[in-house]
Amino acid sequence: METKLRMVLPDQELLKLYEQMFLSREFEESCAEQYTKGHITGFLHLYSGQEAVAVGATAGLHRDDYILSAYREHAQAIVRGAEPKRVMAELFGKATGLCKGKGGSMHLFDPAINFMGGYAIVGGQFPISVGLAFASRYRGEDRVTACFFGDGAVNQGTFHESLNWARLWELPVLFICENNFYGIGTEVHRSSALASIHRRTCGYDIPSEKVDGMDVIAVYKAVKHAAEKVRESGLPYFIEAATYRFRGHSMADPGKYRSAAEHELWKSRDPIPGYAKRLLEEGITTREALDAIEARCKATVEEAVVFAEQSPWPEESEVWEDIYV
Amino acid sequence: MAKLNMVQAINLALREEMARDDRVVVMGEDVGRDGGVFRVTEGLREHFGAERVIDTPLSESGIVGAATGMAAYGLRPVAEIQFMGFIYSALDQLSAHGARLRTRSRGRYTCPLVVRTPYGAGIKAPELHEESSEAIFCHIPGIKVVAPSGPYTAKGLMLAALRDPDPVLYLEPTRLYRLIREEVPEGEYLTELGRARLARTGDNVTVIAWGSMLERVLKAVEPYSADVIDLLTLSPFDAETVLASVRKTGRAVIVHEAIKTCGLGAEIAATIAEDAILHLRAPVLRVTAPDVPVPLGKLIDHYLPTAEQIRAALDEVLQY
Ligand SMILES: Cc1ncc(C[n+]2csc(CCOP(=O)(O)OP(=O)(O)O)c2C)c(N)n1
Ligand SMILES: [Mg+2]
Repeated sequence: METKLRMVLPDQELLKLYEQMFLSREFEESCAEQYTKGHITGFLHLYSGQEAVAVGATAGLHRDDYILSAYREHAQAIVRGAEPKRVMAELFGKATGLCKGKGGSMHLFDPAINFMGGYAIVGGQFPISVGLAFASRYRGEDRVTACFFGDGAVNQGTFHESLNWARLWELPVLFICENNFYGIGTEVHRSSALASIHRRTCGYDIPSEKVDGMDVIAVYKAVKHAAEKVRESGLPYFIEAATYRFRGHSMADPGKYRSAAEHELWKSRDPIPGYAKRLLEEGITTREALDAIEARCKATVEEAVVFAEQSPWPEESEVWEDIYV
Repeated sequence: MAKLNMVQAINLALREEMARDDRVVVMGEDVGRDGGVFRVTEGLREHFGAERVIDTPLSESGIVGAATGMAAYGLRPVAEIQFMGFIYSALDQLSAHGARLRTRSRGRYTCPLVVRTPYGAGIKAPELHEESSEAIFCHIPGIKVVAPSGPYTAKGLMLAALRDPDPVLYLEPTRLYRLIREEVPEGEYLTELGRARLARTGDNVTVIAWGSMLERVLKAVEPYSADVIDLLTLSPFDAETVLASVRKTGRAVIVHEAIKTCGLGAEIAATIAEDAILHLRAPVLRVTAPDVPVPLGKLIDHYLPTAEQIRAALDEVLQY
């Protein structure tokens, strides 16, 4: 039996989760369009399909908890509080971008909202997370560091080093693996000796669990509970969220390695319409109210594109800025 | 003879050598079933099987370290690092072990390893996807570093690297992958390691470049009477060819897309100063990227050396 939504969160909060997921999807699909038009260049990794993870998890964290992620992180940043228009401008490489248009899609960063970075190096964020958690404990802050990463990342040395450190030094790190079952074209079972990723933590004595990453409420509950545990105990915890990306690895990837049947199966579990259905069935909202939310999200994304288009390029002098003090 | 781009030329070299020598194995992230993100290893797995075209876990230090062991014990692995910016965790295996096995075993083991990686800027990607950190590797004794400048040299250098008994870092200028087509013969020809190529001859100035800068230099120098040296092997570089040319022209300009400080240009300039200073009629100049991480998007125009900058340097040494 699924828990009734109202037992989990108040109506307003439940609707906010819907809005955040819908906004994330709209944002990503719009990015795809802008990439096709040539406004966004380089390697663009979209989050479509995985929204329940970022949205559910962020809702389960405190606003002053740190978040670190990889390069599929637009939604992570937006859900945490980055303005969509500044994220879009960043992807366009415009001066008004979240990082002055100098970082692009993979390197979003905004300490003002405790979003401590997207990392293009797979596995780069693990030791940094350990360090952030150490620093917050050292300063006596009540802060959890949430470290997001993919299934491919767990085979980097930094993963193992960091799990060990986090447990050995008793650091408040919440590891969240977004298992979308592929690292580019390689399935988990072709890259990991133990394909059940959350079970890998036993070597480091870190408790772990697996959650349905297509269910925003399940993710929310798991992360909230885990974050409380981490906060109370000061010890690390590990969540594996099973999810799926609806697009290729990046816009350059046709994704031929996945079967149409597999794709269809996961599509049928799309976290957004599934959640809408629940909201309606449990009488939390009406179709009209959802339409209004959706229209608002679409408008936000359209505005973001216009803002990005109309923003200036960075000045030449920016090449020399932010290297040293 | 077929006109191939660089991707096809490298693929052909791997294909021919794998057919000739069953010790050659290709390994890396998505090099097998997927054919590599830039399609360089496309079709190899179908042809030679999963035993020889190996998809690895996402683990660069593992890839280079395991390849080092395979090389030391009889195989000839070709390890792919997806982008040069991802190689740093493998630097330890390469510099602490791969480069030193021969010395450490007092010549009883060698390490015939090739590490291939796309490198260089100008593909509109963010930092870490546009790195030119060749100088870091040139600073490691025991590793050879090569960079082709077009499809023809790409094949010849790859075959030479595969036959070489020591570790070779093979840098593939990403910007050139599909930019240039050249006639690339089938069958064996080796582009000797440690030998530079005179890409153009002239009288007044020597321009030294490699990788993707060569194409830019050749366009920029058209109105000048310049020797253009395509270095091809960056370490150990062909000082003899460089010095002979500088002694003739009396002027040298080095163009590289890596940053200036401690770049390979500094080593070349120092070598010229040591061995040909009395032949110089002007200071040796470097045209390089500024000392900053590769910027994104439009800012790249202020990063990569331009034809105007190259010409300005030529004018400066010619009018000195
Ligand atoms: C150190 C490093 N190696 C390789 C890459 C290239 N690369 C980017 S993403 C990726 C796959 C990562 O898969 P996963 O961790 O499952 O994340 P997902 O893309 O599925 O979100 C690879 C190999 C990289 N960015 N960094
Ligand atoms: Mg994955």
